[in-house]
Amino acid sequence: MPFSNTHNAMKLKFSANAEFPDLSKHNNHMAKILTPAMYDHLRSKQTPSGFTLDDVIQTGVDNPGHPFIMTVGCVAGDEETYEVFKELLDPVIQDRHGGYKPSDKHKTDLNPANLKGGDDLDPNYVLSSRVRTGRSIRGFCLPPHCSRGERRAIEKLSVEALDALDGDLKGKYYALKNMTDAEQQQLIDDHFLFDKPVSPLLLAAGMARDWPDARGIWHNDNKTFLVWVNEEDHLRVISMQKGGNMREVFTRFCTGLTKIESLFKAKGHPFMWNEHLGYVLTCPSNLGTGLRGGVHVKLPNLSKHAKFDEVLKKLRLQKRGTGGVDTAAVGGVFDISNADRLGFSEVELVQMVVDGVKLLVDMEKQLEKGGSIDGLMPAQK
Amino acid sequence: MASHFARILSTKRHVGILSLVGAGSLTAGIFLSRDQHVNAGSQVRRLYPASAEYPDLRKHNNCMASHLTPGIYAKLCDKATPNGFTLDNAIQTGVDNPGHPFIKTVGMVAGDEESYEVFADLFDPVIKERHNGYDPRANTHPTDLESSKVRSGMFDERYVLSSRVRTGRSIRGLSLPPACTRAERREVERVVVDALAGLGGDLSGHYYSLTQMTEKEQQQLIDDHFLFDKPVSPLLTCAGMARDWPDARGIWHNNEKTFLIWINEEDHTRVISMEKGGNMKRVFERFCRGLKEVERLITEKGWEFMWNERLGYILTCPSNLGTGLRAGVHIKLPNLSKDPRFPKILENLRLQKRGTGGVDTAAVGSTFDISNLDRLGQSEVQLVQTVIDGVNYLIECEKKLEKGQDIRVPPPLNQLK
Repeated sequence: MPFSNTHNAMKLKFSANAEFPDLSKHNNHMAKILTPAMYDHLRSKQTPSGFTLDDVIQTGVDNPGHPFIMTVGCVAGDEETYEVFKELLDPVIQDRHGGYKPSDKHKTDLNPANLKGGDDLDPNYVLSSRVRTGRSIRGFCLPPHCSRGERRAIEKLSVEALDALDGDLKGKYYALKNMTDAEQQQLIDDHFLFDKPVSPLLLAAGMARDWPDARGIWHNDNKTFLVWVNEEDHLRVISMQKGGNMREVFTRFCTGLTKIESLFKAKGHPFMWNEHLGYVLTCPSNLGTGLRGGVHVKLPNLSKHAKFDEVLKKLRLQKRGTGGVDTAAVGGVFDISNADRLGFSEVELVQMVVDGVKLLVDMEKQLEKGGSIDGLMPAQK
Repeated sequence: MASHFARILSTKRHVGILSLVGAGSLTAGIFLSRDQHVNAGSQVRRLYPASAEYPDLRKHNNCMASHLTPGIYAKLCDKATPNGFTLDNAIQTGVDNPGHPFIKTVGMVAGDEESYEVFADLFDPVIKERHNGYDPRANTHPTDLESSKVRSGMFDERYVLSSRVRTGRSIRGLSLPPACTRAERREVERVVVDALAGLGGDLSGHYYSLTQMTEKEQQQLIDDHFLFDKPVSPLLTCAGMARDWPDARGIWHNNEKTFLIWINEEDHTRVISMEKGGNMKRVFERFCRGLKEVERLITEKGWEFMWNERLGYILTCPSNLGTGLRAGVHIKLPNLSKDPRFPKILENLRLQKRGTGGVDTAAVGSTFDISNLDRLGQSEVQLVQTVIDGVNYLIECEKKLEKGQDIRVPPPLNQLK
């Protein structure tokens, strides 16, 4: 949690070895990279807003490992974290993002016209399509570190920007703490409402402090474009609809994001972005595009096939339960999405999802008929 | 006892003037040290005015929320203790936990001994509310660990299943669980384990570190009901007490399994004396003897417990100040618990009921955990006597109801006011 600046200074009276965390039973990216020597170099530093090394790594120290996925184990408290603690975060980013080097450049492409196809995923299998990303507002601290005053300022600014949206994007903001019972029930029924985080990954990073102060949900009247304010990032932007028309989902996503970005810029608060890391978000796993494009898809046969995981790996896709990142699949319905975030553009990632899911559905149909999928095995993307 | 502590100069850390002040100059000493703490190292990063940072407490029901006015917040929000603990740190748990269904929670914690001084403008009224009007600026707290003073204390074992006394102790000079660094926490472990290794006779025992225990040891500790888990209560996790789990946490117990110490759970140490059955007198005797021995052993090495005349033993949660003592029994009260006068009887006897799973649980069946309500303003001997007298009264009520006789609500005990 955010201690005052003198707390870190006080720690320096103890040796680095006395303070170095016990990571002997840990399995996350931070634990694999942080050495006592690195800890020694970095522990006297802090970002201009006072975020320290221990703040960065606390979630990784408190959460030794996750059964379904190798977690990152560190978070940023502000934009400068990625600079001040480069020595730790560059190798973490490299490990997490398929070898992405400190000298690499990330390309941003939010032009939906560049996407090929994507409007015809079979709705008998693909139940819903969704694209999400996050955005951070430059000049403010991130959820692990922000004060109540900052979080409220972020909310105020966001609501002002979102209120300016019009056409099919016109919508309304529901603050978590002011919601009526009826509004709350509607948002639950629409599967829009986010809860206070229960995942220890988020709680240990201090992201649930002061809940539900300055948290809320904005969505358009059509319920196809949704923005979460002050959950795990400043903003999470989501475009979604039932069925398999990922193209439409992505088009709305790009249009909406671009509009929102210009509204924030006009207010003197552009999004955090740079050439190397792309969009800057709280968790290093979401750098670059911050984009997770995916579907809920029925794959009862394919998911039991011995080669399912291999296929996903080749397609650069990942599976989750339909309850989200910390859940297991129920029945044969999976959440299938892109595994990458950084080093590929938005268009490239959604293209992988569209092409990949198409293939998965073809494989499922093949297995239904009692056929083999050997002839359909893809090359490594 | 105050002068005993005053004599020992702690060389380990910056302790401030607090520990050197004798009774005569108490008032002047407090003001002097408060200023010193207030100016020491207070660099709280502040971009927004206090009014923009003031928490939304409209739906809250805890002691902190009842007393934290915007004025007090504005006065204290820029201050930090010498260790760097801030007001926001102290109140975070109360902001994050609006209210508890079974008990009005305190809603704030101390990060170190100095917290109680630097943030006195908020701690004092909270302490007053929680501890029946006890005023840290005016009252003094009596400490009395002479167990021979306790009368009777052997309960009817047809009703009382087990007896237990617990308290906490903090090591002066090291930050408390909400604020401690890993190195500090490890130092607490080292100091305490070192001292416990010096215990002999019926107190001789063994330390089980949570990071190193074998599966077999773990299972044994679970079977003995000794093992404590990583806290799940949001009251504790929001205060940062579970950080770095299970580093430097452990359990020490004597070979007879009647004297147990938890290290670095919710306090530096929790000291527990317990046994099956109703011999509360023996439980308390062992409690006092064990505590005094441990104190002697750490003093030999130049350490001491956090204690002062105003607040008694200093612990993380203001609710545990004073004696930090909870003496209680697991007791079967099938008839009395169904009587509508039960809550009033408990209240007048200055007792509280809990489920047998601990503070956050409800009772299962008709077996209750009954213990003293009060912690501060009365001594250990007084509180244990209260429990003994009270539990004996409850047993008499239960027996009467069994025979179809009526019971009386006793008059309220004199409280500290």
